[in-house]
Amino acid sequence: MSALLGLLRKEVYHILRDRRTLVVIVALPVLQVIIFGYAIRTDVDHVRLAIVDPAPDTVTLGIRARFAAAGVFEDVALVPRIEQLEDLFRRGAAQGAVVFEAGFAERLARGLPAGLLIVADATEPNTGSIVASYATAVVQGYQQEAPPSKGAIHIVPSVRMRFNPTRESSNLFVPGLMAFVLTIISSLMTAISLTREKETGTLEALLVSPLRPWQIIVGKVAPYLVVGFASVVGVILEARLVFHVPLRGSLVLLLAEGIVFILVSLSLGILISARTSSQRVAMMGALIGTMLPTMLLSGFIFPLESMPWPLRAISVIVPARWFVLVARSIMLKGVGLSYLWQPTLVLLVMALVLLTASTRAFHERLDQ
Amino acid sequence: MRRILFLARAEVLHVVRDRATLAQVLIVPVLQLLVLSNAATFLVTNTPTYVVDFDRTSVSRGLVTRFRASGHFLVDEQSASPELANEALLRGDATMVLTIPHDFEATLVRTGSAPIQLTVNAEKGSAAGIVQSYATSIAAAYASELESSVRGARLGGSEAPPVRGIAKIDLRVRSWYNPALNYKYYMVPGILVALVTLIGTLLTAQNIAREKELGTLEQLNVTPMTRGQFIAAKLLPFWALGMLNLAIGLLVGALVFGVPMRGSLLLLFGAAAVYLVAALAIGLWISSVVDTQQQAMFVTFFVMNVYLLMSGLFTPIDSMAPWVRTVSQLNPVRHFVTISRAILMKGAGPADIAQPFLILTIFGAVTLALAIRQYSKRVA
Repeated sequence: MSALLGLLRKEVYHILRDRRTLVVIVALPVLQVIIFGYAIRTDVDHVRLAIVDPAPDTVTLGIRARFAAAGVFEDVALVPRIEQLEDLFRRGAAQGAVVFEAGFAERLARGLPAGLLIVADATEPNTGSIVASYATAVVQGYQQEAPPSKGAIHIVPSVRMRFNPTRESSNLFVPGLMAFVLTIISSLMTAISLTREKETGTLEALLVSPLRPWQIIVGKVAPYLVVGFASVVGVILEARLVFHVPLRGSLVLLLAEGIVFILVSLSLGILISARTSSQRVAMMGALIGTMLPTMLLSGFIFPLESMPWPLRAISVIVPARWFVLVARSIMLKGVGLSYLWQPTLVLLVMALVLLTASTRAFHERLDQ
Repeated sequence: MRRILFLARAEVLHVVRDRATLAQVLIVPVLQLLVLSNAATFLVTNTPTYVVDFDRTSVSRGLVTRFRASGHFLVDEQSASPELANEALLRGDATMVLTIPHDFEATLVRTGSAPIQLTVNAEKGSAAGIVQSYATSIAAAYASELESSVRGARLGGSEAPPVRGIAKIDLRVRSWYNPALNYKYYMVPGILVALVTLIGTLLTAQNIAREKELGTLEQLNVTPMTRGQFIAAKLLPFWALGMLNLAIGLLVGALVFGVPMRGSLLLLFGAAAVYLVAALAIGLWISSVVDTQQQAMFVTFFVMNVYLLMSGLFTPIDSMAPWVRTVSQLNPVRHFVTISRAILMKGAGPADIAQPFLILTIFGAVTLALAIRQYSKRVA
């Protein structure tokens, strides 16, 4: 036991003395939360709107006033001809445009349909469709104020946004961010720390010590478990204090699931280090094997439902996918284990399998 | 000039002889493009939908059919129980619940207006907004469909003539540059930038650090080569590699994804030439600051992470917080992503991209000067 404690102490010193790495461990979660909170947003607001109104009259001015009052639009240009839009859109000066037909009010007064065209820059398809739907809503709102015509039919949808009524992007990203940060710290750091011992030859020294193999693994892994746990708490705190992300479910459950996920990531790190011989290769392996899948295939940033089936199939074996699901459900939906036993079970099985595999892989190396 | 070429040749040989690096350089970008452009999508399709139909009439069924036929919604389950629907939302089996109230058809016939309820799981912020806008437009389209069929029935004809005396605004919506709303057309020009940036910067960042580790930097330092020549020789091969990567990426983008190329490719390569100087100089600068390859990788990874996430590659710049938008002006990746999308998708000409191009040029000059200065400290 005292031998194990000695190894633990050595590992803690390693972490504390390597200043550059320590800075990365401490600064990364903090910085990531800020970047994700403020930069990775998909809310559409302050839409730069150009207006083409060849012959302003009372009706077009009325509709324009409604656009100005809608709150999401900012008028950037008023041009008389539609040809002039092209230039504005290409430079990115305008994101959307409303084009009125000449003689708008006059045509309406004579009972003729008056043409109104909404143009959206759909380079980014989602922003494009949201801009178009905002603009359509403004025009429809104007129309509905007119006296109801006979035979007109309206289906009036009332919309309820559940779990995240203000559709805050940060509520979406923070649970995923925990998975990301944990993967970096647990997988990457363990992989590097073990391969470094190999590269410098100090692993041999550990092997001839009276420490048993499982003790070596525990000794190497436990400090990172603590660091990982601390950074989860840190991320949750920052999310609450800076971004006011709700925590509707049980904190204990969330932390417990976090520990299971940390175990999975740590085992992955050990596995990678058992199969590689240099820090460089271990690092690339950790990057490609754990970080990229965590970022892309966990549903953290990009919705899984929209991906083609091969990628969806691969995502099933990405541990972060299940943890993100669990963390999001606990934080935003406030559900308990009765709803989450399935993904929890998957995580537990993954932890068990990977722990066994990594201990065995490590054993094999010892036998050589 | 000859000195530069000699050292540059040595670099090229290094890359070509190391199979692993060569594969990394040529195959990884293609894979990246294929995987990323399929994975990195905010496209909202196949939203799992739970229908609670209390009405069970032909009109309510018609509405459900329209949702199904739209391609945006997958109507998996259907029942008349709000509790089951709530369960499905909590379990995550359904993203939207469409509730059609009792007397939906009757109310519609009597008053011409009837409500439906959409409950959206808004966990995934913006996706919920898109789901809502799709659903609302389906409902509106169905309403006007009903309207014209009612009118048609009244007049005994199938075609509804324009109603006299009722002023109607003829509203049309057009999506420019990407009318099919294809997400890949948007992502590919951005990912191209990421791939020329990542490989080039990683390789240059490791480069000088490796020479330091191996001790060969000392040898180079005693040659008559000037600092400028040294940096130029280090830059040139990777610059050419970046251009090659861009060409490969464009080819894959055109052949596999059919990405539109509306503007001049010459202009794109011209902008890339300037951009690569900036990106690679950052790599070289990192390389001369750090001591080991591992640190070089850590720092590069960190810098690239921030640069890529704040570049508007994945999420629009316009959606970012105002202070982030200001800070991101200092991000060369952002400007080249803008240029790449403007040229390929919008067919922008030199005048349209003048501003970001100018910023890139200044950036390239400054970072190159920085890299040379940083290196000179080592020589002294």
